[in-house]
Amino acid sequence: MSTTTETTTTYAPAAEALGMVLAPGARPPRPSAWSASVTFGWRAMLKIKHVPEQLFDVTAFPLMMTLMFTYLFGGALAGSPTEYLQFLLPGIMVTSVVMITMYTGVEVNKDIEKGVFDRFRTLPIWRPSTMVGYLLGDLLRYTIASVVILAVGLLLGFRPAGGVTGAAGGILLLLAFSFAFSWLWTMFGLLMRSEKSVMGVSMLVLMPLTFLSNVYVDPSTMPGWLQVFVNASPITHLVTAVRSTMAGTPDAGEITWVLVSSVVLIAVFGTLTMRLYNRK
Amino acid sequence: MLAIETSGLVKTFGDTRAVDGLDLKVPTGAVYGVLGPNGAGKTTAVRMLATLLKPDAGQATVFGHDVVREADAVRGRVSLTGQYASVDEEMTGEENLILLARLLGHRKPAARERAAQLLEAFGLAEAGGRQVKTYSGGMRRRIDIAASILNTPDLLFLDEPTTGLDPRSRNNVWDIVRIVVAHGTTVLLTTQYLEEADRLASRIAVIDHGKVIAEGTPGELKSSVGAGSVHVRLRDPATRPDAERVLAEALNAPVYLESDPVALTARVTGSGNEAEQASRALHRLAEAGIVVDDFSLGQPSLDEVFLALTDHRATEEAAA
Repeated sequence: MSTTTETTTTYAPAAEALGMVLAPGARPPRPSAWSASVTFGWRAMLKIKHVPEQLFDVTAFPLMMTLMFTYLFGGALAGSPTEYLQFLLPGIMVTSVVMITMYTGVEVNKDIEKGVFDRFRTLPIWRPSTMVGYLLGDLLRYTIASVVILAVGLLLGFRPAGGVTGAAGGILLLLAFSFAFSWLWTMFGLLMRSEKSVMGVSMLVLMPLTFLSNVYVDPSTMPGWLQVFVNASPITHLVTAVRSTMAGTPDAGEITWVLVSSVVLIAVFGTLTMRLYNRK
Repeated sequence: MLAIETSGLVKTFGDTRAVDGLDLKVPTGAVYGVLGPNGAGKTTAVRMLATLLKPDAGQATVFGHDVVREADAVRGRVSLTGQYASVDEEMTGEENLILLARLLGHRKPAARERAAQLLEAFGLAEAGGRQVKTYSGGMRRRIDIAASILNTPDLLFLDEPTTGLDPRSRNNVWDIVRIVVAHGTTVLLTTQYLEEADRLASRIAVIDHGKVIAEGTPGELKSSVGAGSVHVRLRDPATRPDAERVLAEALNAPVYLESDPVALTARVTGSGNEAEQASRALHRLAEAGIVVDDFSLGQPSLDEVFLALTDHRATEEAAA
């Protein structure tokens, strides 16, 4: 397939037409930080519109994870897949969404080498808005993934005791943490030399983090030394918070832990990301 | 006021001093050409002036604003068209312009209107709905420049805007630059082509190894290196030594032997009509029985300008 097409009519610059667009009208005031971020968020949406295949990772991947683990472990661990699903679903939702946060880093890394980044960086706008825009687009992707998993869960027999409010509350908590956690990947996206190395680092962090947690089994069945690690894992805290919220018995302590750690993640990795962005 | 003023600007990457004490004074309201070969430090200098890179030493101001301490004030008045298209290839031309208009503070309806006007003025109205990656080189350059003048900047950086373009697209870019300047925007143009700088710029700085080695109007620069040169192709390579001697005597100028064993180039440096001098030189070759297959009278190439400028500097230094 050819990607380059010449225009059939030949163009010649016309002084009048160009003069019209060059007439210096009053320059509008700078956009607010929020408005600039939302505009970059719109850019992220447009990219999804032009390359819808990229939504594969937020639909097919979570679907596969849910089905695979429900039927693989269900019978052995909880007597039946349906029973296991009541325990597993909040955890598998956390795993899937946290796993797809790494694509943020990959996207940033792909973009940063392109000329368009130079243009963004010469605009008189709030500096972090470019990065916030990515994350706003990603929030949409995380929401799609969460809703897909919840829908599949409901079809397979997941019945959250917290009802609609509980399920929605759990998802919101997950989105808040994922937004904050993504700043880790924007940092790696700016730091690493290639997409592949960003992927490599992400897997190295995410695989142990999601498996060595309370997503699949109750930590009390694990050896003592492993329990120490598992109980300290942020994923365990997040899963407990989401699970309890969906079950209608929100664990205030764990929810606070999740929200405070989100703020800390943004403060630390947001700052590091912006430092790298300004230096690039 | 000056559009750009730099003094002793330095940027190093590892052991390489990409920009090594650059001094520039760019007046407002005209095209200022920065001429130099690949690796001379042109792009690095532009990136520092456009607030994309921090200088390691020295000072640079744009309209009186320091590019480091007052970067935001600088960003409000400049725009950049980089060597590679500074637009998002996955988005359509229209989406790119709307995105930028929004980022520059236009409200949605105004942003759409502005995008439509620009697409029309740059002959891209039909292609506006297509992704930029499907555009030809010339169209890409145009959407890029359209994006750069969206807010009619006071200073526009054009970094090698015609590298890789076909002659028609190159002429279009030149015309656009002239119109943009006529409307009051100052343009800093970097180029490797003497012809381009000559056609567009009212002043030129020649840079090499990160330093300015000559500065002046195109006329001043050309007269310092000889207005033109005569290129000769001989039938028999064995006659080249004789041809070299004859040409050197006739034109009273150094003769360059090119890598092609039948080709030579001599600068026409003397005062008076160049064509007349060149034809006299060719006549002498004929008298000497040297058969010339082809000849042309052209502008000095960038290589020749460089050789002349560096020769000139070397003699000056030796005399001092």
